[in-house]
Amino acid sequence: MAPIVEVSNLTKTYKGGFQALGGVNLEIEEGEILALLGPNGAGKTTLISTICGIVTPTAGSVRVGGHDTITDYRAARSLIGLVPQELTLEPFETVMNTVRLSRGLFGKPKDDAHIEKVLRQLSLWDKKDNKIMMLSGGMKRRVLIAKALSHEPRVLFLDEPTAGVDVELRRDMWDVVEELRKTGVTIILTTHYIEEAEAIADRVGVIAKGEILLVQDKAELMAQMGQKQLQIDIATPVSTLPVSLVDRGLTVEESGTRLIYTYDTRAERTGITALLNDLQAENIQMTDLSTTQSSLEEIFVGLVKESA
Amino acid sequence: MNFAAVKAIYLYEMARFWRTLLQSFVSPVISTSLYFVVFGAAIGSRIDQVEGVSYGAFIVPGLIMLSVMTQATSNASFGIYFPKFIGTIYELLSAPVNFLEIVVGYVGAAATKSLFIGVVILATAALFVDLEIQHPFAMLAFLVLTCISFSLLGFIIGIWAGNFEQLQLIPLLIITPLVFLGGSFYSVSMLPPVWQTITHFNPVLYLISGFRWAFFGQADVPIGLSLLAIALFTGLCLAAIAWIFRTGWRIRQ
Ligand SMILES: Nc1ncnc2c1ncn2[C@@H]1O[C@H](COP(=O)(O)OP(=O)(O)OP(=O)(O)O)[C@@H](O)[C@H]1O
Ligand SMILES: [Mg+2]
Repeated sequence: MAPIVEVSNLTKTYKGGFQALGGVNLEIEEGEILALLGPNGAGKTTLISTICGIVTPTAGSVRVGGHDTITDYRAARSLIGLVPQELTLEPFETVMNTVRLSRGLFGKPKDDAHIEKVLRQLSLWDKKDNKIMMLSGGMKRRVLIAKALSHEPRVLFLDEPTAGVDVELRRDMWDVVEELRKTGVTIILTTHYIEEAEAIADRVGVIAKGEILLVQDKAELMAQMGQKQLQIDIATPVSTLPVSLVDRGLTVEESGTRLIYTYDTRAERTGITALLNDLQAENIQMTDLSTTQSSLEEIFVGLVKESA
Repeated sequence: MNFAAVKAIYLYEMARFWRTLLQSFVSPVISTSLYFVVFGAAIGSRIDQVEGVSYGAFIVPGLIMLSVMTQATSNASFGIYFPKFIGTIYELLSAPVNFLEIVVGYVGAAATKSLFIGVVILATAALFVDLEIQHPFAMLAFLVLTCISFSLLGFIIGIWAGNFEQLQLIPLLIITPLVFLGGSFYSVSMLPPVWQTITHFNPVLYLISGFRWAFFGQADVPIGLSLLAIALFTGLCLAAIAWIFRTGWRIRQ
C-alpha cells in the first residue's frame, strides 16, 4: 500500500537565508504512530508546518493520501488535523464556538453529536460554554486537540502534545492517541521525551539540523537497546584475535588492549561463560571487565552529536 | 467552493458582534445624536438650507458614510489582524480553503456589521429630521457597495499591518480626513474655487456625493462619476487582494 504521507526532498530556507529543512525524505504508513524526536530548533515544527500548508516549501514536495499538498491542497488538507505546539486560541471565544469553527473550516457539515463525543473524550464537555481564557494550560492543549479532531482527520499531527502537561494528563493523552489509532488514524507526534516515544510510537524518527538522521521501527530500536556490551581489558595488546575466538563475535579496539563482546540480555544463553573460558584457554590475561547498555536516549544523543 | 467554510467564518465573526450587540447598537445611536446636537442645532441654526435641503437632513448621508467607512475598515482590519497577531491564523492556513473563501467570510461579516450600523444611524437620524429618500434602491446599493469596498480595504490593511499602531494608522491618517474633507458636512459649492478643485481629487467626495444624490436627487459631481468611482475603488481593492492571494504576502512564511 502507498504510504499516506510521502515527503520528498523537502527543503525550507526561511527569509534571511536560514535553512531549517535540508532535503527531508520521509514515508509514513497509514495507521501507524510515528514519533519525531529532536532537539530544540531541529526543524520538527517547520517540517509539520510545511506538510500542513502553513509554511511554503523552498523545494521538494509532499503528498498526503496521494494528493500533492500544493497543487491539490484541498484534497490533501481535508485529511489532515493539526495540533500546533503553541497554545494559540482566541481568549474570548467559547470552547464550543471555536471547535465548531474548525469543523466548518474543513467543509464538514454541522454535527454536534460528533463534537460532543470529542469533547467528552477529552474531558472538556462540562467546559464547553467556558471562555478559553478561563481554562488551564492543559485544558487549552486539549481544546486544540478537540479542534483538530472535530473534522475527523485521517492523519493527525501533534506538535509536542505533552509539553508542559502533568503526568496524569500525559497518560490520558496517550490513551486518546491509542483510541485514535484503533479507528485507523495515522499519528505523527513530536516530542522531547524519549519515554513518550517508547510508550506510544510504532516507529521513531530522529531529526536534527533539518535532517532526518534515522527512522526505525521501535521494536528494532528496542532490540538494539536490549543489547549489552562486555568490555574486557587485557594486559598484553593483541593485533588479531586467536583463531578460537574469531567466531565469538568479538571485536578488538584500536589500542588492542580492549575486547568488546556484544550480547543480547534477553537471549537464553549470553555466551559469557564460554567466552571467558576460551580467553583463559588462550592465556589472555584480563585486567578489568565492565558492561554498558545503549538506551534509546544514548542512541539519540549519539546521533545528534554525530551530526553536529 | 467550500461554502461550509465561508459560512463558518462568517458566523464565527458575527458571533462576536451579537455578543456585543448592545454596544454595537448604542454607540452609533449616541454619536449620531451628538452630531445632530452639535452640527444640526449649533451650525444648522446659522445655515438654513443647503441646495434646498435643510442642513440637518443634508448632513445625514455624510454622517452615515463617515461611520460606515470607518467601521467597515476597522472591523475588517481587526478581524483578520487579530488571528495573525495571536497565531490562530494557522488554522485558516492549514484548512482546505482558498483565499477567496477567507475573504468572503471576513469581508462579508465586516460589511454586514457596518451595514447594520449604517441602518441604525439612518433610523436615529429619522428621529431628528424629516427624511425623504428619492432613490431608495440606489441609496441601498451605494450603502452596500461602500460597506463591501471599505471592508475589502480594511482586510488589506489587516493583512499588511505588522502591529496595532499600523492597524490604526490608515483609518486615522487617511480615511477620516478624506471623509471630513470630502463634503460630508457641506456642499463643495460652498468652498472657495481653489479648494473646490483640490476636493475633486478626493475619491471619497464621489462616494458621498453619489450617496447624497440617492437621498435628495442632487450632487456635487455627476452620478455617473460616482458610480465609476465606487466601481474603480472596489476593483482596486479586489486586485490588491488577488495579488496578496497569489503571493501569500505577509501571511505565509
Ligand atoms: N519564521 C521563521 N523565520 C526564520 N527562522 C525560523 C522561523 N521559524 C523557525 N525558524 C528557525 O528554524 C529552525 C527550526 O525551527 P523549528 O521551530 O522547526 O524547530 P523545532 O524542532 O520545532 O524546535 P522545538 O523543539 O524548540 O519546538 C530554528 O533554528 C528556528 O530558529
Ligand atoms: Mg517545535
